[in-house]
Amino acid sequence: MLDLRMSHRLGDLTLDVAFRAEQGVTVLFGKSGSGKTTVINAVAGLLRPDRGQLRVDGDTLMDSDKNIFLPPHRRRLGYIFQDARLFPHLTVRQNLLFGRWFARAGARAVAFGPVVEMLDLGPLLGRRIGALSGGERQRVAIGRALLSGPRMVLADEPLSALDEARKAEILPYFERLRDEVAVPILYVTHSVAEVARLATTVVALDAGRVIAQGSATEVLGNPAVTPLGARAAGAVISARLVAQDDDGLSVLEAGGVRLWVPRVAHPLGSGLRLRIAAHDVILSRERPQGLSALNIISGTVEELREGGGPGALVALSTPAGRILARITRRSANALALAPGVTCYAVVKSVAIAPENIGA
Amino acid sequence: MASFLGPQEWEAVALSLRVSFWATLWALPIGIFVAYALARWSFPGKQIVNALVHLPLILPPVVTGYLLLMTFGLQGRVGAALADMGIVFAFRWTGAALAAAVMGFPLMVRAIRLSLEAVDPRLEQAAATLGAGRIWVFVTITLPLILPGIVAGAILGFAKAMGEFGATITFVSNIPGETRTVPSAIYAFLQTPGGEGAALRLVAVSVVIALGALILSESVARRAARRVTGA
Repeated sequence: MLDLRMSHRLGDLTLDVAFRAEQGVTVLFGKSGSGKTTVINAVAGLLRPDRGQLRVDGDTLMDSDKNIFLPPHRRRLGYIFQDARLFPHLTVRQNLLFGRWFARAGARAVAFGPVVEMLDLGPLLGRRIGALSGGERQRVAIGRALLSGPRMVLADEPLSALDEARKAEILPYFERLRDEVAVPILYVTHSVAEVARLATTVVALDAGRVIAQGSATEVLGNPAVTPLGARAAGAVISARLVAQDDDGLSVLEAGGVRLWVPRVAHPLGSGLRLRIAAHDVILSRERPQGLSALNIISGTVEELREGGGPGALVALSTPAGRILARITRRSANALALAPGVTCYAVVKSVAIAPENIGA
Repeated sequence: MASFLGPQEWEAVALSLRVSFWATLWALPIGIFVAYALARWSFPGKQIVNALVHLPLILPPVVTGYLLLMTFGLQGRVGAALADMGIVFAFRWTGAALAAAVMGFPLMVRAIRLSLEAVDPRLEQAAATLGAGRIWVFVTITLPLILPGIVAGAILGFAKAMGEFGATITFVSNIPGETRTVPSAIYAFLQTPGGEGAALRLVAVSVVIALGALILSESVARRAARRVTGA
């Protein structure tokens, strides 16, 4: 468990952050320039903040009042960098084993074989780094961090240097990391899709401050918290895969509501997280008839937030969970939307991209 | 080669090889340290250290030799102190090695420093997050990555030592069997009537050694560079 409190001046930005990270994935979420990377570097010991305290598993790693600042190599935090940073003069196997060399005997032992298997690294072991693709590099970087026997894994935008196809390839490995390995993860990103799929806990940062903290469903479903702006808003729904229809659609069930989405390759019965982008949701006061959209969910308006521009963000409470809809203020007026009003959320199946559905 | 060369000439070649070998061996670790300090640390007087390191490159070799004589000669402070401990440079082959090392030092430091500046410090950071302390980071990451530069620096230093003349002759004179290296011997033979043949043979040997060193360094550097880029 990690407990951080820090303040730091960085150019025009004054960071003042405090949060805890427990088991699972804690995502530091915010747009670039919000101070996420500074925070994770301070945790790793690569940056010394002006003031702060950091405790991991009860050990103090940093305390500016007591003038304690442990150097990175004594913190036992595995760091996965955005640019992998593999050692070019070593093979994949030597890279993987690098941290093991230095790990104390008492370090929580993560065995080599299972990690290689989990990350599908077997065929790469004898290769040199120059011969790896971007996605392969990042997988080796994950394994290397994990095998150093860390108390916690830190990941700084590990997917942002990859193209969309590679992202889709690597993201499931982080899901496996979260679900199969007992090491907690602190994960920095500005991608809502990654938050939606990975986060056990979200810490939303804006201009150097924590503006919200909670589960992915809570934070992403809160219309007041849009660190990337209302355009990127979208709520997360927890659902279960109940059927695979033979016309290429998968059927999910959430709170008794059925949702049809493009085919997802998960076993029946598995729990899935589904992010519905707010701008993909249409609201209607009547149950729409003769519409091509497959998903129609009834709910009650919980909150209506008007932005400075033409848009408004509507939070809808439905049996499936909270849904956010981004519509124009004009429509909100025309439909007389207000808290307590019943209406229907309409979501096209094809609007839900595969990257927005995950385990 | 021994039959091609006369005993005096062979003596000069063997001495030159010995002097250059030891000069390179002693200068190398110091060169790596100084290059590291200049490339990575900021400390007061850094520019002065940098200038001092490069001084032998700019000064006339005779001046460097004379400064060495004043410092490390038996009349010099350092020389006298070292002589009390049994270490004598003046008019010994060790002095020739010292002169060669000093003259080759700037070349060595430059080559190593250039390769150090090309090493991505973020790789060293990554190694630190994996539990490697400073010394281990240096040994396992930095050192292998700058190996091509170290090889290049060593070869340059060795070649410079093989060819060093001015500082050597000023500092330790031209004593056959003790300080008469190949360049000093060529010079001496040219001063002697009928010595052209010996001089020419030494010139041939010099060319062969220089070419050999060059070819060796190229192949070693290429192999090391391939290793480092991970291809």
